[in-house]
Amino acid sequence: MTAVEEVPISAAGNPIGFGNMKRVEDQRFVRGQGNYVDDVNLPGMLHSAILRSPFAHAKINGIDTSAAEALPGVVAVLTGAALEGIPRPSLLGDNFAWMPTLSYDTQAVLATDKVRFQGQEVAFVIATDRYIAKDALELIEVDYEPLEPVMDAKRAMDPDAPVIRDDKGQTDNSITDVHGAKTWESGNAIGTAEAIAAAEADPDCVVVTQEIMYPRVHPSPMETCASVAQMDKVTGQLTLWTTSQAPHAHRTVYAMVAGLPEHKIRVISPDVGGGFGNKVGVYPGYVLSILGSIVTGKPVKWVEDRNENLVSTSFARDYHMTGKIAATKEGKILAVDVDVLADHGAFNGVAQPTNYPAGFFHIFSGSYDYPNAHCKVTPVYTNKAPGGVAYACSFRITEAVYLIERMVDMLAAELEMDPAELRLKNLLRPEQFPYTSPTGWVYDSGQYELTMREAMRIAGYDELRREQAEKRARGEYMGIGISFFTEGVGAGPRKDMDILGLGMADGIELRVHPTGKAVLRLSVQSQGQGHETSYAQIVAHELGIAPEDIEVVHGDTDQTPFGLGTYGSRSTPVSGAAAAVVSRKVKDKARLVAAAALECSPDDLEWELGRWKVKGDPERGKTIQEIALLSHGSLELPEGVEGHLEAMTVYNPPNLTYPYGCYICVVDVDPGTGQVKVRRFIAVDDCGTRINPMIVEGQVHGGLADGIGMALMELIAFDEDGNCLGGSFMDYLLPTAMECPDYELGETVTPSPHHPIGAKGVGESATVGSPPAVVNAVVDAISPFGVRHADMPLTPANVWRAIQGRPVRVDLAVE
Amino acid sequence: MQVTINVNGEPITRDVEPRKLLVHFIREDAELRGTHWGCDTSNCGACTLWVDGEAVKSCTVLAAQADGHDVRTVEGMETEAGLDPVQQGFIECHGLQCGFCTPGMMMTARWLLDHNPHPSEEEIREAISGQICRCTGYKNIVEAIQWAADHPATSEVNA
Repeated sequence: MTAVEEVPISAAGNPIGFGNMKRVEDQRFVRGQGNYVDDVNLPGMLHSAILRSPFAHAKINGIDTSAAEALPGVVAVLTGAALEGIPRPSLLGDNFAWMPTLSYDTQAVLATDKVRFQGQEVAFVIATDRYIAKDALELIEVDYEPLEPVMDAKRAMDPDAPVIRDDKGQTDNSITDVHGAKTWESGNAIGTAEAIAAAEADPDCVVVTQEIMYPRVHPSPMETCASVAQMDKVTGQLTLWTTSQAPHAHRTVYAMVAGLPEHKIRVISPDVGGGFGNKVGVYPGYVLSILGSIVTGKPVKWVEDRNENLVSTSFARDYHMTGKIAATKEGKILAVDVDVLADHGAFNGVAQPTNYPAGFFHIFSGSYDYPNAHCKVTPVYTNKAPGGVAYACSFRITEAVYLIERMVDMLAAELEMDPAELRLKNLLRPEQFPYTSPTGWVYDSGQYELTMREAMRIAGYDELRREQAEKRARGEYMGIGISFFTEGVGAGPRKDMDILGLGMADGIELRVHPTGKAVLRLSVQSQGQGHETSYAQIVAHELGIAPEDIEVVHGDTDQTPFGLGTYGSRSTPVSGAAAAVVSRKVKDKARLVAAAALECSPDDLEWELGRWKVKGDPERGKTIQEIALLSHGSLELPEGVEGHLEAMTVYNPPNLTYPYGCYICVVDVDPGTGQVKVRRFIAVDDCGTRINPMIVEGQVHGGLADGIGMALMELIAFDEDGNCLGGSFMDYLLPTAMECPDYELGETVTPSPHHPIGAKGVGESATVGSPPAVVNAVVDAISPFGVRHADMPLTPANVWRAIQGRPVRVDLAVE
Repeated sequence: MQVTINVNGEPITRDVEPRKLLVHFIREDAELRGTHWGCDTSNCGACTLWVDGEAVKSCTVLAAQADGHDVRTVEGMETEAGLDPVQQGFIECHGLQCGFCTPGMMMTARWLLDHNPHPSEEEIREAISGQICRCTGYKNIVEAIQWAADHPATSEVNA
């Protein structure tokens, strides 16, 4: 399937270019020598703990910290009132009690007037020891006056619902974006409505409508969020070690929040124990550690516990979607319309490009060829934790893919057509690319049918259907679920995309040392993606320098150029492109130096990997290592050519890249217990060029486990009093090795035409694509009971209720 | 109270609070930071190490309970002869990504192979089922442990 290119092998046995290569970073990790934030310990460092609200909605009448302050070992206790008293000479308000979110909303650093979600930050204790800090929390007396919590997005819309954001003078729970809009629409409203009305009136057409809930889930990286802040009062230098997927963006936010000069802030994101979007936002805990260091003059460490991570940091989804799909009875899709009620929690802390307040949900029209699509998203405040774009969702493409792939399956059921056949009838064809979708997205490239048929081949699709028919006849319930997803990743073009006004372009710098070894400095940051390995391979591919001779530096704002960080599968599409472009700049300069050394015109030279050589006289040439030394030496360089061999660039992507894939899941369901067993999972991804196929496959494996978890187990639910019911790993169930099958992977390779090396990015593909495959499989299994749809998570209880015809709202603990 | 814990063959004596968790003793007092902490409820297994040859979750053991006992951590896996085959297997099979769960996973894997040198896939999955990895989806961890089972001799690893 893939054209295998011969890649030379280095002295250390690594590919000088693309191919499987063992990871550089593993050497420290397998020895326990990783350096995570909680591993950072500084002389005189203090520890901290946050007192959090037990109520989802309550007025604060007073806080008494005297007993806590009297506890030996306690250095300081901060409250919202104390922060209001610290003047802040910054662009964004006049005190430290509130901070900006990444969506131009405000969020309390420590609650002042009210608490607005269970787990909200109320007080901050700084002590000599982490145990003492926790002890002191018990001694703080808070006088709460409980208010009615709003735990249901539908209730939030009621005219008589309690107003959550009275701090902003609001009179309802609507959310207004930076452009003043209270609803976010995309696509062709009139054309879609007309097409659906026409289909409803046409006996040769069908329209399927379904309410679909994508419940609230949590990314739960194994390392919780943490920071160590060190404010040097003499130099005015703030150094912050922090669990950040976007150190440069965080530095700018801290400059805005704290009014500190940006050049005096150094953000270091060392080894990070998983991110999945959980570590994109700026949390009160980070800010409090900074304030704590300013107040005490000592380094302050903050490490949240797992409960804090689950109840207060960025969640994902919480989308109530109503989909309508219209099609002919032959199975030609005509139109899709979606109405979404989006629960954003108590503060609009969503991290997505400013002009896309519903993220990239508008890509919901999917992988199919039809002219009319429209969506409307209405966001509301509720008394839940803030956030909303997290868990490897590619800016809400997860929700979009789930919606369309469930709708297509329900349409197939309505038409009594095989869901594979229905998809094959409607998939975009290769000659349609670049394809402009009904909502205006320009898909770059794809061979969808090829990819789908490859997945069906690996699965043995027809044989599976035969097996299913035989089992059904015996009363056994086996299901086969398909999803076909298209993502738009690599945000993004500066003209369209920014976060807090910061354009989503990424800088990079490459220096080749005199001896031909190199250092590459990235703006993006790794939380396990293996950048230290794959970025060296990109430079190796371009310049012929062995990967082991290239050091990759990332995660430190003092050592790397500005850029927006790693999330939304954007590293390879944006920074990976930058790595290729900066290498080519170095290669171009090397040509001029080689020409000077060889006393010929640069036009007389041609490139072979690692060497410029004279056309027609291949013996004469200079290797990149020789050129590196020459460029640092005494060779007389041509007019306009500076010495040394280095370059930097800022890559502004011309478009998103559009990775896609076809997933097939096979499940067995016990109708007596509702237990689902995932027996097989076939995943064929097309992410364009694969830099390191081993790493690509690893990313896919992880995403498939995420999808199985979300589809079957994971849920952040609340009771009517506002208690979070997913506050520990006892209650928030993550998949283990027992729930995950031995995945079967395949690939097709359709390079992105506008990416310098044709790579599209893959980090979130499987998390995006796998949940609908699992749900489609489970619904397929239990369809003989008349089930057309069931909301995630498909726990045994929820599957059993669906079989009994008694589905419940999964997100609320009510019957 | 004073405790002496034999960590990777080296006795470490410290004054600790009776409530101090073993994971905190190892990380803060023994200053061995390869053992990680990931939950509070002994669900995730990032803190897995050995006490007297048994793999345990050190977030649910008090340092006081380990007084006078032998503890082995990830830092004790590598010997002068080189990496443990389990460590090498994780590298060979891309059994780790962010690396946070890895030390705990490897300690369990070593325990499994010491007790069952040729485990089936199902036995490996069951052995690590008390531990959570969010990055790998487990497939390559299973393969890493199978690799280690197939390459039991350290000398073979370094060959």
